[in-house]
Amino acid sequence: MPSELSESHVLEFPGGYTRSTGPVIGRFLTELRDGRIVGVRTADQRTLVPPLEYDPHTGDPVTDEFVTVGPAGTVAEWVWVDSPRRNHPLDHPFAWAMIKLDGADTALVHVVDAGHPKAMRPGLRVRPRWRAERIGQITDIECFVPEVTMIVSPVRAEYTIKPGRALTRFLEGVRDGVFLAGHCATCDKVYVPYRISCPECGYLIAEERQVADTGTITTFAINNLPDPRAPQVPFVSAYILLDGADTPMIALVGDVPAHEVRQGMRVRAVWVPEAERTLAMSNVKWFAPTGEPDAELEN
Amino acid sequence: MGNRCAVIGIGQTRYTTKRQDVSIAGLVREAALRALEDAGLTFKDIDAVVIGKAPDLFEGVMMPEAYLADALGAAGKPMMRVHTAGSVGGSTGLVGASLIQGGVHERVLVVAYEKQSESNATWALSTHLPYNASLVVGAGGYFAPHIREYMRRSGAPDHIGTLVAVKDRQNALKNPYAHLRIPGIDRAMVESTPMLWEPIRYLETCPSSDGACAMVLAAESAVTGRPAWVHGTAMRSEPIFRAGRDTVNPQGGKDCAADVYRQAGITDPRREIDVAEVYVPFSWYEPMWLENLGFAAENEGWKLTEAGCTALDGDTPWNASGGVLSSNPIGASGLIRFAEAALQVRGMAGEHQVEGARTALGHAYGGGAQFFAMWIVGADKP
Repeated sequence: MPSELSESHVLEFPGGYTRSTGPVIGRFLTELRDGRIVGVRTADQRTLVPPLEYDPHTGDPVTDEFVTVGPAGTVAEWVWVDSPRRNHPLDHPFAWAMIKLDGADTALVHVVDAGHPKAMRPGLRVRPRWRAERIGQITDIECFVPEVTMIVSPVRAEYTIKPGRALTRFLEGVRDGVFLAGHCATCDKVYVPYRISCPECGYLIAEERQVADTGTITTFAINNLPDPRAPQVPFVSAYILLDGADTPMIALVGDVPAHEVRQGMRVRAVWVPEAERTLAMSNVKWFAPTGEPDAELEN
Repeated sequence: MGNRCAVIGIGQTRYTTKRQDVSIAGLVREAALRALEDAGLTFKDIDAVVIGKAPDLFEGVMMPEAYLADALGAAGKPMMRVHTAGSVGGSTGLVGASLIQGGVHERVLVVAYEKQSESNATWALSTHLPYNASLVVGAGGYFAPHIREYMRRSGAPDHIGTLVAVKDRQNALKNPYAHLRIPGIDRAMVESTPMLWEPIRYLETCPSSDGACAMVLAAESAVTGRPAWVHGTAMRSEPIFRAGRDTVNPQGGKDCAADVYRQAGITDPRREIDVAEVYVPFSWYEPMWLENLGFAAENEGWKLTEAGCTALDGDTPWNASGGVLSSNPIGASGLIRFAEAALQVRGMAGEHQVEGARTALGHAYGGGAQFFAMWIVGADKP
């Protein structure tokens, strides 16, 4: 039978252990407290960061030459910590990284606050984020952060948009459940939506005409790419040539599965209830099949 | 057509999804400096600079030409910006050429770019204005119905778009600047990708790219290095709301092609043009433009594609570089077509060089297929 007895037991030397730094580590930590990072030169002119009292390869003593390195450096290897533990240096996800500071020949282990593992890569350039209060410990560098490579530039333009005379007239029609068109007497063409100048000849369009709310789908696309501002996919956007018009309108097709829509299909506008109508295109919910035989398409 | 004009320097950046290592100024300079190096010149040798790019809303930098003037060595020189939607790269080249042909300048630097990664083009193209019923469909949603109509009229089999998607990406593997490089690309891979805007599949569309392209244009007296000579230039537009407008085979494109062929003395484009760089952002636009540009009779373009005529080893190679389907920094895409045409007749296209190319077509279109820009360049002086 396993014992159910358990008790927490803490071993913590009161006040914490001390560590004599010796002259080399002591110099490193003293410089850190001043906001500088130094390494020490070996006999063969390599720079060890953090410095050691000896060359780890040969065991020979290092020289007494200290050199300032960094503060920027390059990430060599890294590992991501997704769920930091209580004693970890940051309370949000971070990377442990081997960082080779500029001017150093060895890498230093430290923390990189990169926000997301996708931001980490070998070769990433980083710089220290210093603590304001420094005491001469490696944690005087709170962490390293990536160099600035991108900024966000908010741009916002706000306009007051008026529909203008022609579109207002068209929307009045849509409010009343009809499509208004302009007939160019010179070209003998009927334009929907209503407009007051002809895109072909440039003359004023004097005559307003009402065209039918039925028409023919000349061609269409089935849209499968979701967009928060668009109808739910799949939706059909179609070119609809209203009866009596010479230019097609682009509109949504509904009340029919997307893959049953055909070129030549006859459709009719589905209007929202009269009480809900405003001066807007949203008065037309979509176009739905009429059930008539398909129209012949031109070639 | 005015004075003779030659392309004497070409610079491109490696097209990719995100060029986060450079600013916009750094990106355009990279292309410009490569073009100058190709011509053996420096900014000091340039008389005027013409910049092209698509809508400012793409990067949110308003009037970028003002910001980029000194980055392109234009301080104290004439500079201007061109904007004709997707065809802008082509129009930029043509505006630059017209400054030479008109005798205004001796050497003009033309640069076009887009840094699509700074925002999202579909967002910028779907601004959701009040009073209109916006369906938020982007460029693909706009062009898909016209492709469907082409398929109906021509009776082209469904796999033609797939063939173009594969062919252009195979060519891209030979172009070190191309963005999409898909080893082993084949029909099965394209057909396994979803329909985004039916009938357009994912791999039948162009990528979103960051990139810039630059050219140095020179008058005959100012030519350095190996020139590509301009034999014809033409631009056309047409009203998008014209009644009865043929969106499958636009009149503006036909007129533009007729004009540029007349200037270059071309009567049979399929036989007389050795290689064409044509703006094909959705694969089905290859057969559609084969007809619009007179390489095939109406409703017959797909047969050339199906027979492999437009492949790198076909009788009329189209988009040897991989085309817009493989790299699409929108504002630059037209100028890249023009530059790639020039590279071919200079014999400097590297692995995607069409053997013995002497005459090439550069083409761009934009908006709702309502702006067109084209040029013919040749190895020989016109």
